[in-house]
Amino acid sequence: MDLAYGAEYETFRQAVKHFTDENRDNVPRPSGTGRPSDDQRKWQELLIKNGYAARTIPTEYGGYGAEPDILKSRIIAEEFTKASLPLGLASQGISMLVPTLLELGTEEQKKQWIEPTLKGEVVWCQGYSEPGSGSDLASLQTKATEDGDDFIINGQKIWTSTAQSSDMIFCLVRTEPDAPKHEGISYLIFSMDTPGIEVRPLMTMTGYAEFNEVFFTDVRVPKSQIVAERGQGWFVANATLKHERGMLGDPNQAGTRLAAIIDLMHEETLSGERLIDNPLFRDRLVQLQARVAAMQFHGMRLLTASAKKEDPGIARLVVKLMGCELNHQLAALAIDALGELGVLYERSPHLRAGGRWQRSYMFDLGLIIGGGTAQIQKNIISERGLGMPREPKPARKEGAA
Amino acid sequence: MEFALSEEQRMLQDTVGRFLAEAAELDVVRKSAEAHEAFSRKIWTGFAELGVAGILVPEEHGGLGLGILEAALMSEMTGRHVAPIPFIGTAVMAPLALAKAGSEAQKASWLPRLASGEVVAGVAVTEVIGAREGAGVTSKGDVLTGSALFVIDGPGADIFIVADTSGSLFLIEAGAQGLERIDLTTIDLTRPVSELRFEGVAAERLPDSSPEIIQQVIDAGRTMIAADTLGAGQMMIEKAVEYAKERKQFNRVIGSFQAVKHLCAEMAAELEPCRSLVWYAGYAQDALPDEGSLMACHAKAHLSEIGRFVARTSTEVHGGMGFTDLVGLHYWFKRIGLDRQLLGGPERVREEAARLQGWAA
Repeated sequence: MDLAYGAEYETFRQAVKHFTDENRDNVPRPSGTGRPSDDQRKWQELLIKNGYAARTIPTEYGGYGAEPDILKSRIIAEEFTKASLPLGLASQGISMLVPTLLELGTEEQKKQWIEPTLKGEVVWCQGYSEPGSGSDLASLQTKATEDGDDFIINGQKIWTSTAQSSDMIFCLVRTEPDAPKHEGISYLIFSMDTPGIEVRPLMTMTGYAEFNEVFFTDVRVPKSQIVAERGQGWFVANATLKHERGMLGDPNQAGTRLAAIIDLMHEETLSGERLIDNPLFRDRLVQLQARVAAMQFHGMRLLTASAKKEDPGIARLVVKLMGCELNHQLAALAIDALGELGVLYERSPHLRAGGRWQRSYMFDLGLIIGGGTAQIQKNIISERGLGMPREPKPARKEGAA
Repeated sequence: MEFALSEEQRMLQDTVGRFLAEAAELDVVRKSAEAHEAFSRKIWTGFAELGVAGILVPEEHGGLGLGILEAALMSEMTGRHVAPIPFIGTAVMAPLALAKAGSEAQKASWLPRLASGEVVAGVAVTEVIGAREGAGVTSKGDVLTGSALFVIDGPGADIFIVADTSGSLFLIEAGAQGLERIDLTTIDLTRPVSELRFEGVAAERLPDSSPEIIQQVIDAGRTMIAADTLGAGQMMIEKAVEYAKERKQFNRVIGSFQAVKHLCAEMAAELEPCRSLVWYAGYAQDALPDEGSLMACHAKAHLSEIGRFVARTSTEVHGGMGFTDLVGLHYWFKRIGLDRQLLGGPERVREEAARLQGWAA
C-alpha cells in the first residue's frame, strides 16, 4: 500500500493544473444531440494531444500512447473535477469498441476506426440485445446469410442507445444457424446509413427515449467487416461486455452523486430544519458514504491489479452488481431527503435539479437490468467466482420436439 | 501508488493464517470455549512465537514495529479462525497506548513483555464512547474510582489500560488494591470481556495521555474489530459454499439451485469491497492521519452491517445444520455478533462519523 503521491506525480499534477487553469474558459458546449458538437470534438482533440484522453491508446491509432498509470489517470480525473471541466468523451465506441478492436481487430480495422472514434468523428451504437434474447443473449436470431462477398442481415435489435445519431454499429448476428448457439454468432461492424436499417425511438418509464429499436431488412454488409472469425462473435462480445460492466459500475460516479447529496442535505430544509441536522437522514447518508468509500477503494484495488496484469478474480465480478445498486440507493436517498419535492417532475414548479434524481432513480433500475441483470451477475459471481455448479439443463420430455 | 498488499504483508498474513488453521482447529476452539477459558494459552504462546504479539511494538522494545494495516491483517486471521486469543487489547490497543502516551520507564517495563506474549493487557475504554449502567472511571490525582464495562481482553489480563472520563490513560496491575474484576459472559465464548470496579485504586498515569491518543487507540481497536469480522465473514462464506456443493436435496447439490447460489453471491459481493475498506482504514491510520478516525468509523460500522448479513445468510445456507452446535458455525456467528457491539455499535459509530465531518453537534 502506498497512496502517497511522489515527486513525479506532484510534477504531473502541476502540469494538469496548469492545463485546467489555462483552459478554464474553454468549456465546450454540448450539442444536445447524441453526437459530440464541434466544440466537444475540439476539446477532445486538445485532451488527447495533452494526454488527458485516450491516454493509453497507442499513438499509431490516434491515442496519446502513455504507459498505463492509475495514479496519473486519477490525478487527471481529480483535477478536471476540481476545475469543473469535462473529461474526454465516454461513448460506447470509445469505451467498448476501441478496446475490442485493440484486442481482436485486424491491423486495417484498427487503423480505419480507432482514431476517428477517439476524436468523436465516428459515433457507434451497440447491436446486441433482441426482443427474444435478453439474459440469454446467445440465443439471438438476427441472421446474416451469405451472398457472394456480402452478408445479408435480417432481424431486430433493441436497447440500442444513440442509434439515431450513430454512424456505425457493432452488431452480433447469427451466421452459422446449424452450429451450437454460442458458436454460430459473428461480430460485424457496419454503417448505420446502409439501406434497410430503420431506427425507432423506444420511450422508457423515465419519459425519455434513451434507447431505440433497430430493424434490419436485407441489409447488405461486406464480409470483410467482421471482427475476428466467423462464429467467434460470442467471444468477441464477451471481451466487450467486460469493458461495459466495468463502466457501468464506475465508482467515481457514485462519489460525484454523494457529494451532490451532501450539498442537498445542507441546503434543503423540512419545517425549517436542515436535512443534515435530521439524525435519521444523516444516518442513511453516512451508511452510503461508507459504501461509496468501499467501492472507491475497491476500484483502486482493481486498477492496481490490472496495472500489474494480475487477475483480481471475484473482486472484479462484483463491481457491476454493487456499483449499479449503490448508484440507485444514492438516488433514492436524495429523493427521500427531498420528500414531496422529490417526486416533482417534468417542468413542475418547485422542481429540484431538473428532476434529475427521479430520472436517475428510474434510469438506474434500467442499468441494474441492462448489461447483464443483477440475477445474471449473481450467477456469474457464484459460478465463476465461487465455483458453484450451473443450473442443470431441464431433462427433455419423452416424445417432445 | 499501489493499492495492494506487499509481498511481505501477504507472507506474514499467510504464515499466521496457516499457524492458526492448525493451532485453532474447531475442536480446540470448542474446548477452550466450553471451559470458559480466558484465552487459550497454548495458541497465544504459539502466536507470540511468530513475533506477531509484538506487531505494533517498536523494534527497540522487542517488537516488529509494523503498522495498523499489518495488525488488521493479523486480526482478520484471528477472526477467520475464531481464535481464542487476546489480540485486540494485548497486541494492538495496549501497546499503542503505551507507545504513544507512556513514559520511557513504562515502555521499557511493559512493551517487551507484551511483545513476547508474556503479559496480557485488558483495555477499558468503552465508557469514552458510551456508558451503560452508569459506568465510568473518575480519577483524583492517580487514584481511580468507578467502574468500566466490556473491558477487552479483561479475563486473564495481567495489566489493565484504563481511560478515565477526563481524557487520561492509566496503567494498573491486576492485583492492585481495591480493584475487582468480574468476568462477563457474552454469546462469544472465544473472547470473553470483563467488568472492572475501582474503589480508590492507586494507578500509574501514562504521562503523555490525551483525548487524541485515546481516540487513536479506539480507532485502532475499531479497525481490528472490522478486520476480525472480515475474516470471520470470509470463512462463513467459504463454509456456506462448501456445504452447498456437498449437500443434496431433490437429487441435486443445493448449490445448483439459484435460490442458494444467489445467497452466496450476495454475501461475496457485499464482503469483497469491505476488504478494500479495511485495508484503507488501516493504511490511513499509518499514513493519512487526517482520515484515520473517519475511516475507522466507516470500517467498523459497515463491517458490522455486512457481517450481520453474512452471519445470518451463511447460517441459512447451512439449513438446519447451521443451527446445530455440532457443526460449530455459531462460533463465527457469535464472534460477528460481539464485534458489532464492541467499541460502539454501528448507529453510534455513524453518529461519530457525522460529527467528525461537522454534520452533527
